[in-house]
Amino acid sequence: MEAFTTHTGRAVPLRRSNVDTDQIIPAVWLKQVSRTGFEKGLFAAWREDPDFVLNNPAYEGATILVAGPDFGTGSSREHAVWALQQYGFRVVISPRFGDIFRNNATKMGLLPVVLPEDVVTSLQDLAESDPTAEVTVDLDKREVRWAGGTVAFEIDDYTRWRLMEGLDDIGLTLRHEQDIAAYENGRQSWLPTTV
Amino acid sequence: MGRTLAEKVWERHVVRRAEGEPDLLYIDLHLIHEVTSPQAFDGLRMAGRKIRRPDLTIATEDHNVPTVLGPISDPVSKQQVETLRKNAAEFGVRLHPMGDAGQGIVHVIGPQLGLTQPGMTVVCGDSHTSTHGAFGALAFGIGTSEVEHVLATQTLPAYRPKTMAIEVSGELPVGVTAKDLILAIIAKIGTGGGQGHIVEYRGEAVRKLSMEGRMTVCNMSIEAGARAGMIAPDETTFEYLKGRPHAPTGADWDAAVEYWKSLRTDDDAVFDTVVEIDASALTPFVTWGTNPGQGAPLGDVVPSPDQFDDPVARAAAERALQYMDLKPGTPLRDIKVDTVFVGSCTNGRLEDLRAAAEVLRGRKVTTRTLVVPGSMQVKAAAEAEGLHEVFRAAGAEWREAGCSMCLGMNPDTLSPGERSASTSNRNFEGRQGKGGRTHLVSPQVAAATAVTGRLTAPADL
Repeated sequence: MEAFTTHTGRAVPLRRSNVDTDQIIPAVWLKQVSRTGFEKGLFAAWREDPDFVLNNPAYEGATILVAGPDFGTGSSREHAVWALQQYGFRVVISPRFGDIFRNNATKMGLLPVVLPEDVVTSLQDLAESDPTAEVTVDLDKREVRWAGGTVAFEIDDYTRWRLMEGLDDIGLTLRHEQDIAAYENGRQSWLPTTV
Repeated sequence: MGRTLAEKVWERHVVRRAEGEPDLLYIDLHLIHEVTSPQAFDGLRMAGRKIRRPDLTIATEDHNVPTVLGPISDPVSKQQVETLRKNAAEFGVRLHPMGDAGQGIVHVIGPQLGLTQPGMTVVCGDSHTSTHGAFGALAFGIGTSEVEHVLATQTLPAYRPKTMAIEVSGELPVGVTAKDLILAIIAKIGTGGGQGHIVEYRGEAVRKLSMEGRMTVCNMSIEAGARAGMIAPDETTFEYLKGRPHAPTGADWDAAVEYWKSLRTDDDAVFDTVVEIDASALTPFVTWGTNPGQGAPLGDVVPSPDQFDDPVARAAAERALQYMDLKPGTPLRDIKVDTVFVGSCTNGRLEDLRAAAEVLRGRKVTTRTLVVPGSMQVKAAAEAEGLHEVFRAAGAEWREAGCSMCLGMNPDTLSPGERSASTSNRNFEGRQGKGGRTHLVSPQVAAATAVTGRLTAPADL
């Protein structure tokens, strides 16, 4: 995955709560067997509305999505993360994320940033009043900065390190192959197999 | 200090623990379906990796399959199913394809085969993996990157979530089901209420639920935002498992049961969060909005957004009412539906079909009604009891097994503007087809609604 250290970009205000992954990428788009082309399905139903924020040319090329609470709830579909990334987003900011979405995002290098609801609202206000306003998301310093504000966010050390190095989890886990083999030797003999 | 059930199962599966890192957890069972696996298999191929434990992996076809006999007509769906077949053959994974007697929804076949057992870790690239927690397993949904990780290593790095107890006191009144209970719980704690937690459902009403009912409850844990839902195993669990194809036998059975009996929260264990709910006060429950937390007792009216103090909840309610085309103050019982769907990993098991059939016996449906068994084995068992004849005599459609109208990936969908009463798990905008409107209900309410064409409980008939 692409390493993430610091990113500066323009923000899109998505003033909705409970943006479930069915909205981010409707099920009909999940039939692909490749990992590409999902940007076309991003918010597919909502984008049919000419007033939907992503249809506003002022937000073209914006890379930071600022959404209401409970972003990415529902289905485990990682396609939601792929769609956001392939559309051009590097960061999603929300007061609260669905657990599976948040996990999927950090596996792919899309940074989920949790900020308090009032800060999220201020950022939405900023992006709405000035779509050219730049926001910096600094993973190294664990802070979000914009003209007139700086706010810290929390992320655990391990996930931060993985994201900053752009590391592949499978490669990291396979370093502990001996531990896995040792564990397997100690499993209860009556545990089921599928064969 | 004592430990909770979730903590016991977690600790048992830690392969490696290091300061400042997530635990590396061993995975006992990995379920696979056609939608979230193709890119994971591609990843393995590109890296030249194999599946570490194909013998702990099982695949089925469910999301894309049509529920009428015949081949898949949609070429994209067909390609996805064929890709799973090719991957399963290449990597040596047992697969239950369409038409196979063992085929069905991934969360129905695991328990039915006896592969889901107490104390195990179970994952699947599907958020409703929480279903398996009904057995006292730690079961949760994962994304495709994690599917690839489990295929390659049979482990997952993860931080232990917090623990939440949902204490359900009292008894469910007659006519009130596991589905009503979980819908009421989600309405109480909200779609984010369980975020970051493993929930353990406890209390008298939970103990009295059948395994099917427990699966319905645990299935929708994710709709409350929880990472997983669990119920401590007991005699009901053991009774369900005994004799299943992959359950232990003989001395192994005795050893397993002895271990399973230890899988309960210690009396002095402390949960991070405790929620209490009185089962005896519940009545049939339905959703009116576009997330599973937007629900109310069937006897209520559509709420007004003004009733919500929180501005975010108010805005969400306004938007939901607009999408659902509902007016505040309308009695929920007056809402007319076009389609009734009985099925899904939430309510597609034999007990659910029996409950719906009981309501429909000797009655006629007045709306399009789809009854879709959760697996081919459920279908066979239902037909052995003659349930299919009850459904057909009532005018309902009796289908082949699959995810069907739970999500718009196969031919069973709502048209724009159509409204359903559905026993599935999500009422999101467009979930059952673009522009479709969904009311989540129990199998009993679904069947009664099919008779009247309006949201109805059996007691109203």
